[in-house]
Amino acid sequence: MRRLAVLAPASAWLALFVAAPAVVLLGIALGEADAGVPPFRPPFAADGTWQGSFANFATVLTDPFYRDAFLRSLVVAFATASLCLLIAYPMALAIARVPEARRTPLLLAVLLPFWTGFLIRVGAWIGLLRDAGWLNGVLRALGLIEAPLPLLYSDLAMYLGMVHAYLPFAVLPLHAVLARRDPALEEAAAGLGARPATVFLTVTLPLSAPGAAAAFLLVFIPAAGEFVIPDLLGPPEAQLVGRVLWGEFFQNRDWPLAAALAVVLLALLILPLRLFQRLEARP
Amino acid sequence: MSVARLGLRLGLGFLYLPIVLLVAYAFSADRIPFQWGGFSLRWFRALAEDERLVEAALLSLRVAAGAATLAVLVGGLAGFALARFGPFRGRALFGALIGAPLVLPEVVTGLSLLLLFVALEGAIGWPAGRGALTVLLAHATLGAAYVAVVVQARLAEADRSLEEAALNLGATPFVAFRTVTLPLMAPSLFAGWLLAFTLSLDDVVLASFVSGPAGTTLPMVLFSRLKLGLTPEVNALGAVIVAVAAAALGLAALVLARVDARRGGG
Amino acid sequence: MLRAEGVAKRYGATVALEGLDLAIAPGEFFALLGGSGSGKTTLLRLVAGFETPDAGRLLLEGRDLVPLPPYRRPVAMMFQNYALFPHLDVFDNVAYGLRRAGVPSAELRRRVAEALALVRLAGLERRRPHRLSGGQRQRVALARSLVVRPRLLLLDEPLAALDAGLREATGFELRALQRATGAAFVMVTHDQAEAMALADRIGVLERGRLVQVGPPREVYERPATRFVATFLGGANLLAGTVRADGGVDCAEAGCVLRPAAPLARPAGSAVTLALRPERVRMRPEAADRAAAAEGEGPNATRGTVVEIAYRGELSTCLVRLDGGTALRVSRPSAEGVPARGTRVALAWPGEALTVLAD
Repeated sequence: MRRLAVLAPASAWLALFVAAPAVVLLGIALGEADAGVPPFRPPFAADGTWQGSFANFATVLTDPFYRDAFLRSLVVAFATASLCLLIAYPMALAIARVPEARRTPLLLAVLLPFWTGFLIRVGAWIGLLRDAGWLNGVLRALGLIEAPLPLLYSDLAMYLGMVHAYLPFAVLPLHAVLARRDPALEEAAAGLGARPATVFLTVTLPLSAPGAAAAFLLVFIPAAGEFVIPDLLGPPEAQLVGRVLWGEFFQNRDWPLAAALAVVLLALLILPLRLFQRLEARP
Repeated sequence: MSVARLGLRLGLGFLYLPIVLLVAYAFSADRIPFQWGGFSLRWFRALAEDERLVEAALLSLRVAAGAATLAVLVGGLAGFALARFGPFRGRALFGALIGAPLVLPEVVTGLSLLLLFVALEGAIGWPAGRGALTVLLAHATLGAAYVAVVVQARLAEADRSLEEAALNLGATPFVAFRTVTLPLMAPSLFAGWLLAFTLSLDDVVLASFVSGPAGTTLPMVLFSRLKLGLTPEVNALGAVIVAVAAAALGLAALVLARVDARRGGG
Repeated sequence: MLRAEGVAKRYGATVALEGLDLAIAPGEFFALLGGSGSGKTTLLRLVAGFETPDAGRLLLEGRDLVPLPPYRRPVAMMFQNYALFPHLDVFDNVAYGLRRAGVPSAELRRRVAEALALVRLAGLERRRPHRLSGGQRQRVALARSLVVRPRLLLLDEPLAALDAGLREATGFELRALQRATGAAFVMVTHDQAEAMALADRIGVLERGRLVQVGPPREVYERPATRFVATFLGGANLLAGTVRADGGVDCAEAGCVLRPAAPLARPAGSAVTLALRPERVRMRPEAADRAAAAEGEGPNATRGTVVEIAYRGELSTCLVRLDGGTALRVSRPSAEGVPARGTRVALAWPGEALTVLAD
């Protein structure tokens, strides 16, 4: 009875705002774009007869434009997650190695940029990287360049923005496993004659592997669907799936096609998502 | 090991360089952002006079407060259930659903929520049109996921025997919840509210999908302006947001630290 | 006052308790002794109402406890980690149960003050639990349980979280409190010395079954099973075959074992006997003839000291018998201990031998 009082409202909310949207998304992906309000024809007519089609999925899966967008998104997500992992690992390790009382301020320092607003940080990169921006100014003042480098609206700018935005997500799970590590294990390895580098490679690194995997996935999954950063910092021709979906929805007003793109993106992310849940469920 | 410490310093430098520059140049008189033209507060004044921005900011604050409150209610219940109900039927599905908005790409969540709102309006006439309410509901769904995680973690730390001790001393389950569990959860509910509030203030993707003409939030205005590049007013706004976020985070850290100190950590 | 009749509890495939019968008398201090996984904590949680038995009945003063929710049972419990509410100070922790019972505030203040005085914590009312020492926390937990005047107090490893130095003193205090309040105490512990020192009666649990119940002395000196014999004080186990005259041929000891009363078992059947290490007399093997008889005949043998463990008051020697097995022999350290390698003659009285059921 009491459990029901807790579970019923929470379950109702989840059913309405998480489960139902997924069902509606799939349904409309089977529909067809149509001029009208809303601009689509649902897969079932008002009398229940089937009028849907798998044409949207066929388009998404066969048209090279969409295929390339998916491929490129996965590459960008993979590269972003790898870069974040590479930068976050030494950071998390350094934080885990300071005395416990000093860890919280350092973790807060890593988290603070995350709290300062995502768009604001993207804006700061625009100010840094554009032709008349700070970086070009510095380089010119140093006499290293004469004409400004085209830094903004490039892959470089996009990756800088992505790594900057997602880095805190990678530090946290890594820190969680590294802070829990038993220093006695490293001391035991050192006592058995291992040099610091060997201790790291044979003890610290393997033991932190689950945290590293979680950190990678925690960046990879949202990065695969990222829209804002590629749109504001990346090159115009960088058609990532987030941007393509956005374009189909807002510019072309092809809701069913956008829904099909979302469903396929979800299907691609199922494997990393399951992996992530397995890692989280570990004791 | 110094390699890790060096990495930490470089990493923090990378994280803070753009933010520090943004704040510093907000006080520059120059019309071009990130160009020093002498100290001036003119862009803060211009910001205060920018009605569109101010209006959007006020709407965003209202939406964020509502969404965070709703998120604390839903996420608090869900986190409590996950931490205290043991294995119940449908637990795996329940856990997956509450955590889904955390991990799903924003474009997917945004699009599917919009399609839901459209379908609901077609079927039952609610929510009538889209605007602040639909944004609030979307943000509450996202925030609830975060709140549930924070609450569940906090309760997992707190020993179950505390509630058992309360029952043993004659407290009914409801009284035990009110006098023991709820005070234990309080810091995580507070932290969760703040997190949900910030997420709502920061979100542009969900809002763009589910909002209507009457529901333009601050991030939506910011996004459309950044499409054209960085203006000195947006730069000044950035400095204000950084200051507010730093103050809020500092305050939250202080409150949580004091609460934890009073309760013996953990 | 508390009766358990055929109580059983399973968690999935694992049996926590099986067919458990037990009766606790009013005002008794009872210790449930067992290793981890023996089901001792499960029994406490069943009585407190945090678990429901799969079978059997639990009666408190004749009233069935099972249908009652935990908060309606007149049973107090002290948790192993004390479970003090971290957000409440000492006063509010102790007052918690009285508030739930709706005790008026004047009486509430008086009773909390009494309880705190009883555990010698007066003056610490406004402290939070995290600013108390381990011993103080334990006493707050006790005061919180006792202030509601339970007729039965359950204690889950009450001394386990304390420093070794504090345990004995706290044990004496527990006894004194139990006498002062007149409540029945049921304590769960894995520490046999603690159980023997504190309890009026001990119940030994082995894998969910109560294998022996009795006063500490009886359980220690007359263990019923191998488990009880080794779990309490580490008895020597000697296996042999019953002789026609009621003695036991024991090849590993190299002698005939002759208990005080002859065994009434068929000749030739296998049997195991327990022999406490401190009941064995040990002397250096003497050259002179007067002592030559020592080490011969029934209940006597010879061997070589191979290890010595100094344990303060007592020292335990491991003696390799000529028959092959090793016997643990302990004697007061003050009486001197033979050096390693010394040949010794061993002997013990017949009443030191206990025949085990298994």
